[in-house]
Amino acid sequence: MIHSLFLINHAGDIFLEKHWKSVISRSVCDYFFEAKEKAVEPENVPPVLQTPHHYLISIYRDKLFFLSVVQTEVPPLFVIEFLHRVADTIQDYFGECSESLINDNVVTVYELLEEMLDNGFPLATESNVLKEMIRPPTILRSVVNTLTGSSNVGDKLPTGQLSSIPWRRAGVKYTNNEAYFDVIEEIDAIVDKSGMTVFAEIQGVIEASVRLTGMPDLSMTFMNPSLLDDVSFHPCVRFKRWESERALSFIPPDGNFTLMNYHVSSQNLVTIPVYVKQNICFFETGPCGRLDITIGPKQTMGKTVEALMVTIHMPKAVLSANLTATQGNYTYDLATKVLVWDIGKLNPQKLPNLRGSLSLQSGAPKPEDNPSLNIDLKIQQVAISGLKVSRLEMNGEKYKPFKGVKYLTKAGNFQVRT
Amino acid sequence: MSTIALYNDQGGAEAAVEAGQENSSSTGGAAFGLFSSDFKKNEDLKEMLESNKESLKLDAMKRVVGLISKGKNASELFPAVVKNVASKNIELKKLVYVYLVRYAEEQQDLALLSISTFQRALKDPNQFIRGSALRVLSSIRVPIIVPIMMLAIKEAAADLSPYVRKTSAHAIQKLYSLDPDQKEQLIEVIEKLLKDKSTLVAGSVVMAFEEVCPDRIDLIHKNYRKLCNLLVDVEEWGQVVIISMLTRYARTQFTSPWKEGAIFDENNDKAFYDSDSEEKKDTTEAKPYIMDPDHRLLLRNTKPLLQSRNTAVVMCVAQLYWHLAPTQEVNIVTKSLVRLLRSHREVQYIVLQNIATMSIQRKGMFEPYMKSFYVRSTDATHIKTLKLEILTNLANEANISTILREFQTYVKSQDKAFAAATIQAIGRCATNITDVTDTCLSGLVLLLSNRDETVVAESVVVIKKLLQTQPTQHSEIIKHMAKLFDNITVSMARASILWLMGEYCDRVPKIAPDVLRKMAKTFTAEEDIVKLQTVNLAAKLYLTNSKQTKLLTQYILNLGKYDQSYDIRDRTRFIRQLIVPNEKSGALNKYARRILLAPKPAPVLESSFKDRERFQLGTLSHSLNTKAAGYQELSDWPAVAPDQSVRNVEVIEPVQEWAPSVGKTKKSGKPKSADKFYSDDEEEKEEEGSESSKDSSSSSSSSEESGSESEEESSEESEKTSSDSGKSSSGSEKSSSESETEPKKKKKTKKAPQKKSKPPAAFSDSDENGNGPVAQASSSSAESSSGSETDSEDSDPPATPQKKKDVKSKPKAEVKSKVEVSLLDLVDFSPAPTNAPKSSVISSSLLSDLEGLSLSNISSTMQVTTPSFGPVKTYELLHHMTGKGLSAKYHFPRQPCLYEPSMVAVQVILTNSSDHSLEEIHIGERSPAGLNIHCFNTIERLEPEASVTVSMGIDFSDSTQAANFQLCTKEDQFSVSIQPAVGELLMPSSMTEQDYSKEQGKLLGMNETSATITMATANTSSQAISKQVLSVCNVGEVPSSQKSVHRFAGRTVSSGALVLVCLELKESSTALLTINTEKSVMASMLLRDLKQPLVQA
Repeated sequence: MIHSLFLINHAGDIFLEKHWKSVISRSVCDYFFEAKEKAVEPENVPPVLQTPHHYLISIYRDKLFFLSVVQTEVPPLFVIEFLHRVADTIQDYFGECSESLINDNVVTVYELLEEMLDNGFPLATESNVLKEMIRPPTILRSVVNTLTGSSNVGDKLPTGQLSSIPWRRAGVKYTNNEAYFDVIEEIDAIVDKSGMTVFAEIQGVIEASVRLTGMPDLSMTFMNPSLLDDVSFHPCVRFKRWESERALSFIPPDGNFTLMNYHVSSQNLVTIPVYVKQNICFFETGPCGRLDITIGPKQTMGKTVEALMVTIHMPKAVLSANLTATQGNYTYDLATKVLVWDIGKLNPQKLPNLRGSLSLQSGAPKPEDNPSLNIDLKIQQVAISGLKVSRLEMNGEKYKPFKGVKYLTKAGNFQVRT
Repeated sequence: MSTIALYNDQGGAEAAVEAGQENSSSTGGAAFGLFSSDFKKNEDLKEMLESNKESLKLDAMKRVVGLISKGKNASELFPAVVKNVASKNIELKKLVYVYLVRYAEEQQDLALLSISTFQRALKDPNQFIRGSALRVLSSIRVPIIVPIMMLAIKEAAADLSPYVRKTSAHAIQKLYSLDPDQKEQLIEVIEKLLKDKSTLVAGSVVMAFEEVCPDRIDLIHKNYRKLCNLLVDVEEWGQVVIISMLTRYARTQFTSPWKEGAIFDENNDKAFYDSDSEEKKDTTEAKPYIMDPDHRLLLRNTKPLLQSRNTAVVMCVAQLYWHLAPTQEVNIVTKSLVRLLRSHREVQYIVLQNIATMSIQRKGMFEPYMKSFYVRSTDATHIKTLKLEILTNLANEANISTILREFQTYVKSQDKAFAAATIQAIGRCATNITDVTDTCLSGLVLLLSNRDETVVAESVVVIKKLLQTQPTQHSEIIKHMAKLFDNITVSMARASILWLMGEYCDRVPKIAPDVLRKMAKTFTAEEDIVKLQTVNLAAKLYLTNSKQTKLLTQYILNLGKYDQSYDIRDRTRFIRQLIVPNEKSGALNKYARRILLAPKPAPVLESSFKDRERFQLGTLSHSLNTKAAGYQELSDWPAVAPDQSVRNVEVIEPVQEWAPSVGKTKKSGKPKSADKFYSDDEEEKEEEGSESSKDSSSSSSSSEESGSESEEESSEESEKTSSDSGKSSSGSEKSSSESETEPKKKKKTKKAPQKKSKPPAAFSDSDENGNGPVAQASSSSAESSSGSETDSEDSDPPATPQKKKDVKSKPKAEVKSKVEVSLLDLVDFSPAPTNAPKSSVISSSLLSDLEGLSLSNISSTMQVTTPSFGPVKTYELLHHMTGKGLSAKYHFPRQPCLYEPSMVAVQVILTNSSDHSLEEIHIGERSPAGLNIHCFNTIERLEPEASVTVSMGIDFSDSTQAANFQLCTKEDQFSVSIQPAVGELLMPSSMTEQDYSKEQGKLLGMNETSATITMATANTSSQAISKQVLSVCNVGEVPSSQKSVHRFAGRTVSSGALVLVCLELKESSTALLTINTEKSVMASMLLRDLKQPLVQA
């Protein structure tokens, strides 16, 4: 299946290679570089490429390309999904997925890659199993290691691979038993020029952070499960229970994981928390334009809108911006032509406003259309769809865990067309 | 080398290391010397590796691995590294493995040094060490060790540990790529591993199968059902591989579900699947299509995987449904696919590609989700283009205005390539939907004044295509374009305008020559494509308007004659010969007009994804739109389904530790034809199969197993019984049997007129068979009924020999007669019309496939034995008169409920007695509101005269309050209720006599209910007593040391409260019946229920 993996940085240097079958020369990447050159933006590189003897399937994440080489027919999503798992695992181990961190921990990364695939077929991709075999580095451990000469490779064998619940390692112990769940909802919306909602939907995810001793069996029920239209689960969730009772019943993995993704049924009207009044225009005469944006609260369910931010990808012709913001700061990146206005908390009494002039490259034609605004925001303590967890129970263990559920609403792909 | 191997085999690990060191330092050192000058840097590494300090070695190895990861050559260190292969330090060892696998191919001789270490590790008691040894050994690509690998693989394939077997499945692929000659032997191993029941192995071995022998579909037959049932518990990567393989398999083994009359093409596609249309002809006269139950099994078991977090799994299930499911069922994948669009960009790309292909054929699938394909300014270009493609495919009369409004925004996009693509999309919409052609055209004309050149050029090209489709009233547009001509520089657009001028020169007679004049001026500076069109235009004008253009044409032809491009020279020469008459130009000249001015068919604007449908969805080939290496063509449906029975698995009689379950045994008594019997059963099995998920694990596996056994027996028996009935219908036996039958029947009718009397049949069967279906499950619970005759002998008081004889003969007669009774009974009231559809005939052995499959470890908290044998009565739930043709009967199978331990299992037999098929049979509202019912899955369709058995679970909360619910079909709703007899709220519990007394001691006073009864004489044998008691309530017999005391124990299903029944025989056929339980209401009801059959004979 997956023959080789090359990690390539933004500049196009190969800084790690791993082969699971016989060695493939790194010159195969030249085809990729060619495509990268052609695509200009790294996001635009086609994920699947064909070369005379190989197929290249790549992902671009955190400014790195993960490029895998395959030789025969394979579902491309299989490879893509796996590559993202590799990136996830690296992030999980080292905090972030960057070239310098990978270079610092090259041996651990190599060991991980060795365990994740056997002959190109995924072997162990569960982070709990991997962590049993190869311990993630911590400052304390690296100190201990240098003093005692012990290693990061677990001397325990991957027993998790054998159990029917490979996602949970055996013998977990904590002095403080706690289980936290974050219900995070994102609003995807397109609002048109006149303020009409063209398209809006809510996607949610339940992120869990579970540190419980032993083999707890948790079950979570919702006040209003009928809101959930389409769901996908971590493998630990028992599907039958969900089908019959709309309850999540699971033996959780140890640590942080995504319990469930869901989509709120489209019958429910999506509440759009803010409105935007904007006026961006470029004058036919003279190399300048004007920008005036005001944001106000619409339906915030009585909560404060926080971390409000507006991002605008300006047309290439815009040279600079001379604006004044009544609240927050704005920056205009000349190279990428991105205007970012970081507002912070939305005060309903005094609406934030950004206005001023834009200067255009002289001689360049007036930009055809106005750039659209991307809105970012956060509302704490509320799930915008109204989803609520009603109970969280634990069976199988005697102690009383500390439980908590937090709600958060964010803007996902929230776009205002102008 | 050989001596070293010898050492290693004899000595311990130390010896191996020493030997290795000796060897490598002598031979390897020399080799190293040669390269040392080139790799001075690595000199210290070599020293470090050869030092005695573990930490130094480790540091060195880490650096070496760092070199490897950078793609730098570290092969000269091989000798120094390889001797650390037997190191005790696990990390060091692992790093050495990494090195070894990387360089063994280049240093084959030296690599052999390590082999013995692995060979030894293959025998290690620890499964992980065995596994990893095989993993590394098989990764060393050295042809010389092929026999060793082969041997190791064969051994590992038979290993007790599933982990090692999994590793061997991986090793198969490695060996195959190293030496394809081993194929035959490897196939044998694959065949063996395919039989493996571990979820750990399944994915890997199917992967090996796909790589080594994907054409050996025959190896799958026997494992098909097992794989289907295992699927949910296999790890996600294995699921992908198995699903893809099964898709291919299903297309060769089942007939097309896209039957005649099914609306497959919502679109204009006539016959996408050629075979389909052919088949339609074949099957029109034949019987209506009935889906193979195995086909259904696959669809049902893959459906839950749509909820997987792994996008590859979801996509794989989606393609399976696309290629295998009946048309109306494909829609269930839509939601999940749309969900994937929230995932990473690369995932979106692949999913959108697949949706694009799907949406060409089936707009309806994605139309409700149209807005999910709206483009955002932040999307990558290839994502934008794909979304546009899909929106265009989805466009129809109803939504076109919305889509066009959306397109308007896109046209203004800063991403000009995308804007151009949008214009093409508008063009496609305009040709497909005639209503909007004019609107689109005028919109496009407006775009002609756009500032951006690419937009204008694209518009021109699209307008040209549109005009071609309806050239009549559009001279205005052509004129407008002619005006624009001077400002347009994009050659494709210029060429398009020129072509339009020429084609419709009769509509713009004044302008066309003027355009040609301008072109004559700039001819030499134009692009080739424009020059060709200029020549073209000149020729056409020459033919229609030679007066004005003759000179111009000649001028242009002369320019073309000396052009640099030979294409243009060639064309010019051709045109000149064609249009300018001279002596040389022959017959062609006459036809010049017809050649050049022939009406041309309008171009068809269609999706670029049109031709991708030839590839299986979700594949690399589909993504690239070319056939990738190793792509396996999806075959067409066979016209006639191959033999279904190949998937049947012979059951190897398992050790008799599970008793056959009651429900099944009962059925054997019915004189149904063999396949009808199976068919009923099949339904259940499928239910169970699909239910055998993590939750139900232990309990379900036990019931399943018992089911499988009973089947075998019962299938034999049913034959036997039926033949028996034939024979015995003569002679004295018959008369005696009849005489026996009479009172029996009466009793039954008195007791419950509508109840069916099956129990005796079950009983006698088991006797005949010799091994009684009594629970022997986990303990010494009940005595087997095979010994029942001796029991009856023993239990008789020895003081009355005459009586004894009587009693002894009686049960015998009874036994015989009961067979007859059951047979006769069935003639009168056969339960549930037995015309199950033939379709549900699967092998009887499916259940056996399910044994021990689930890995999960949730055990039921209550210790419950398998139900003892006992009768099963069938009750009516819905009469076919009230149910408008739908009739339903139910019975309590007395098995632990699969869904939840606190539920009582109920089996419902639904029969369609109407003349039309009933759809969507499901359970609707229920009361009391809090009633916990596990409903059966909605039955999509029930054909006339067909019946289906479904399992439900109802939590009665230990009360006999009826469970009311609605049985709904697509059209109607019927209120029905299930009122359980109190005895059905129990489940048998096994305990020893001591435990029994102890428990009984705890349940005295208020918790004890008793009554003295006068027993009917026929009921005084222990056999009869247990039979009567078990017929009333689902309890287990407790072995008793006293012959006159009979004890039974059970627990209530819902709360698990203990229920103890004790019958103590007293003088002159009186007996004391005692019930001890904390549920006093239950006790009194139970007492009443028990009294009745015991008192009456």
